[in-house]
Amino acid sequence: MSQFVYLYRMTDAARQEAMGTPERAQQNMQRWMAWMTDLDKKGHLKDRGQPLERSGKVVRGQQKTVTDGPFTEAKDLVGGFTLIEARDIDQAVDLSRGCPILEGGGSVEVRPIMKMDM
Amino acid sequence: MELSEHLFRRESGRLVAALTRIFGVHNLALAEDVVQDAFCRALEVWKVRGIPDNPSAWLMTVAKRRALDIVRRERTAHTFAPELSRVLESEWTLAPAVEEAFAGSTIRDEQLRMMFSCCDPRLPEEVQVALVLNILCGFGASEIASAFLTSRAAMEKRISRGKKSLASSRRLFDLADAEFAPRLSAVARALYLLFNEGYHGASPEAAVRIELCQEAIRLTMLLLDSPQTATPETQALAALMHLHAAKLPARIDSAGELNPLLEQDRTRWDARLIADGLALLDRSAEGSVVSAYHVEAAIAAVHATAHSVEETNWDAIVNLYDRLMGIAPSPIVALNRAIAIGQRDGPEKGLESIHAIADRDRLRRYPFYPAAIAELELRQGNLAAAEQYFSAAATLARSGAERRFLERRVREVSEAHRHHVAPTMH
Repeated sequence: MSQFVYLYRMTDAARQEAMGTPERAQQNMQRWMAWMTDLDKKGHLKDRGQPLERSGKVVRGQQKTVTDGPFTEAKDLVGGFTLIEARDIDQAVDLSRGCPILEGGGSVEVRPIMKMDM
Repeated sequence: MELSEHLFRRESGRLVAALTRIFGVHNLALAEDVVQDAFCRALEVWKVRGIPDNPSAWLMTVAKRRALDIVRRERTAHTFAPELSRVLESEWTLAPAVEEAFAGSTIRDEQLRMMFSCCDPRLPEEVQVALVLNILCGFGASEIASAFLTSRAAMEKRISRGKKSLASSRRLFDLADAEFAPRLSAVARALYLLFNEGYHGASPEAAVRIELCQEAIRLTMLLLDSPQTATPETQALAALMHLHAAKLPARIDSAGELNPLLEQDRTRWDARLIADGLALLDRSAEGSVVSAYHVEAAIAAVHATAHSVEETNWDAIVNLYDRLMGIAPSPIVALNRAIAIGQRDGPEKGLESIHAIADRDRLRRYPFYPAAIAELELRQGNLAAAEQYFSAAATLARSGAERRFLERRVREVSEAHRHHVAPTMH
């Protein structure tokens, strides 16, 4: 088994739309819970991860310039991550297909965690 | 742990009411943003940690914290609720004031004040109903638009027009206001319209219609929760809604098809709602005023307690319609009275009463006007006339369910016409 990180990306507009009414927000939430529970039951959920605030700071360059978020150059922001266990990248990608963020126009970035036992 | 159905939608109305107490009604949009933010936060946190034991309390805590932050950060630049301006200025009184705004009885009263503010008689009734659905019931413009078969853009316009007027009022309606009694009537009227939209409305989805009826009942029960608004008239309105809602499972089937009262499978009526409705009707008799809601509830009670069409006390129903004509005359009431006369005295008398309706030209776009004539003609054996009137009714149908129902009647009658036998009476 290998480990992968799912990075959840979404634009602000898509997020607004997905959470647009209380009823839609609740349905969205229930879809997330169902998907996570399913991953967990099948033994793929290594760590549920952490949600990230959508604001923050960026420190850049030798000048160490600090700028405020929201990060205008990155249209879809990483909203959180989850740690997954899967056979290989294909399975990890397959498992991500059920993620509700895809219904709302967001994306899941699937990244293998580098193996360090060389 | 599972979330109860529509929890976010219900909490939305409660939280917006509490936050508006702090921010002031001119900052309604800010209150709505805070609630939306709480839902986003819930999504992020709950999917990692699971749903908390008390989701409502969790959402409330997030909203409270956010309200405190906002007031602390912006109280010098912004004015919040004028009633609380002094209290919000000081750190000593700010936290208790916010705490108090979210106390159960305050949330109830603030929801009532919000409801009274939405039902401002200066706003057209359809705007009042849209505001109630949006602010107090947590429906989005798109959801209300689909229930009312209008466009999302048109509904957004209707809601924003209402909100502009609300915001300009500076403060929510005060229940101690001299205008309390007429405003309570306007609230009752808006809730009655909301219920009717669910009961008779255009939405093809049974679930949507039932939800509108449930919301109307929930808000009416909120009125009954407070002594000041729990008048006999409100009790009668609640009774009326319960007695009608009891029939919903038989009235609209899962496919959204319509079954008229005389054809319904009465074993599918909700006995619990009928019992609650009858108890409410009993309590509504305490006052000296007999409102239209009292009489309509009494009519619904006669139907609800009859085991079949034949066992229905049509004489009592005709008498109640006579009373209703005295209190709130309308061509539709007159039509229903004529139908009851048809049941009591036979189709010929029923037709006579229909043709005697004074302002019946106002019914010319109402599909159940020709449909009622058709039913009575049918019972008299005039198949050709029945077919013609049912066809006319079908062209006036206002929703798919109405059209399918009336077209079915046309087919049944024309089939029978061809075979020269009258179909079973409905």
